[in-house]
Amino acid sequence: MSREAAKHIRTPLARVRGRGAARSGTGEFWHQRLTAVANIPLTVAAVIILIMLLGRNQAAAAQILGSPVVAIIMLLFIGSIAIHMRIGMQVIIEDYVHDESAKLTLIMINTFFVVVVALASAYGILKLSFGV
Amino acid sequence: MAETRAPAERPLSPHLQIYRPMLTMMMSIVHRITGFGLYFGTLLLAWLLIAAASGPAPYARFEWFAGSIIGRIILFGYTWALIHHMLGGIRHLIWDTGRGFGPSEREWLAAANLIGSIAITVVLWIVGLLAMGGPR
Repeated sequence: MSREAAKHIRTPLARVRGRGAARSGTGEFWHQRLTAVANIPLTVAAVIILIMLLGRNQAAAAQILGSPVVAIIMLLFIGSIAIHMRIGMQVIIEDYVHDESAKLTLIMINTFFVVVVALASAYGILKLSFGV
Repeated sequence: MAETRAPAERPLSPHLQIYRPMLTMMMSIVHRITGFGLYFGTLLLAWLLIAAASGPAPYARFEWFAGSIIGRIILFGYTWALIHHMLGGIRHLIWDTGRGFGPSEREWLAAANLIGSIAITVVLWIVGLLAMGGPR
């Protein structure tokens, strides 16, 4: 053991904990791929659902969107794309915005935007589905 | 005190303008641009769902926008961006398995990405217009 380490009572493992990626550094990489895989069938289903809405009035559209299977698919679709697009936009911001405060501000706005859009969409579906 | 001479103005590393545009490179750029566009396009999805949940008048406003010339151009672009980004994503997932990096394979994948996205978009719009009872 080096002299530096001998001064501390804490173990080397305890000293490095919380100071960087310890098998968690690939979290966003993994979630981007996980949601990408989920997005494929969900996008196909969502496109079919949206085509079904064409040429129908509000009552018919509301009935389709509010039916349980459609509502569940749309909720899954929105949840998956929300996670995917939040990570994707954060990567774009980190690539092009190098000013630290501007970068952090945009990353915060990114999360706010995604949460608002996802929650608003989910609210619309749930309102239709529960028929309130 | 000796004057320090300003270093010659050279690019630090080669960037986009150095390279000849290639299909694989263009598809990579388009993948990011379509993702960026789709991000803001989710506002339209939220609008549709909130309008459908709000009643006939708000839904009619959404329909009016979606049926207008500008609305249709945006929705056509959105359809293409969605399909292109999805096919591009499948291409990335193939790459994640370590396949598809060969010189002919990557060119073929890039071309399939572009041609496939245009073809599927056109087919979806034909189906959509038929579902609405022909072009109006």
